[in-house]
Amino acid sequence: MSNNSNHDMRTPLSKVRGLGSAKDGTSHFWRQRLTGLANIPLALFFIYCIASVAGKSHADTLAFVANPIIAILLLLFVLSGVYHMKLGMQVIIEDYIHGEKIKILALILNLFFAAFIGMACVFSILKISFGG
Amino acid sequence: MAPKKSQRPLSPHLSIYKFPLTMMLSIIHRITGSALYFGTALLVWWLVALAMGGQAFATVTWFMQSPIGLFILVGYTWAMFHHMFGGIKHFIWDFGKGFELESVDFVAKIAVIIPVILTIIVWAVGLSLV
Ligand code: HEM
Repeated sequence: MSNNSNHDMRTPLSKVRGLGSAKDGTSHFWRQRLTGLANIPLALFFIYCIASVAGKSHADTLAFVANPIIAILLLLFVLSGVYHMKLGMQVIIEDYIHGEKIKILALILNLFFAAFIGMACVFSILKISFGG
Repeated sequence: MAPKKSQRPLSPHLSIYKFPLTMMLSIIHRITGSALYFGTALLVWWLVALAMGGQAFATVTWFMQSPIGLFILVGYTWAMFHHMFGGIKHFIWDFGKGFELESVDFVAKIAVIIPVILTIIVWAVGLSLV
């Protein structure tokens, strides 16, 4: 017979922290939900934007995006969307790619892709808004 | 006479296994998430071209209004709505609700039908504006 504590290899400190082997506890899960929640109204707004500029001229589309309300909401959609999709793709990579080197490479590329998409969108929206 | 069918449960035979709707939807949520992920490259193309000027914008517009471009845009709209309702389903589950067999199936069917309807509405309106 053994007493209860012998069944668990975790130290008392690690149990109290509750951060698990990835060292970030539930924060990935929580941020995925939070950004997903924010994405609902923002994505609806985004679809509204696309429908509004369908077939519009270059000048009219510029004027539409330059409107501060539109630009701010578009920026929020980009930020929330990019963070959310980075978290989501990370889970997919961790689920399917098991070779340690190729997995780390894929995780890095995921981060770079999300950073590029986010920065390119933010820069363009700001440039259009500031009329440069 | 044929022997009476055994009442014992069978383990799934993979070649004839019927995918339950909920399982299909779980996979499709991942697929639509990935499609939305790579599709953001189009958003970048569109926004950067818009910021660059008339020439670049004309190229994007030409592509988006081509049959392939329209197909991608309609597909992206559907993927967005479908993924959105898949996500809302996750939120309901996160509250520990909706796990009974009937409600799981009912919610799954809703989450298939509404995104299709919304996609049709958006594009009926969108195309009538062009
Ligand atoms: C429109 C509102 C959205 C909602 C409500 C939403 C919700 C969610 C939720 C709850 C998950 C986690 C699923 C799980 O734990 O299995 C998820 C995963 C994911 N989402 Fe979203 N999302 C939305 C928009 C987006 C957008 C715009 C993108 C990409 C640009 C995206 C990309 C992803 C990816 C790649 C995953 C990972 C899929 C997986 O692990 O199977 N989502 N989403």
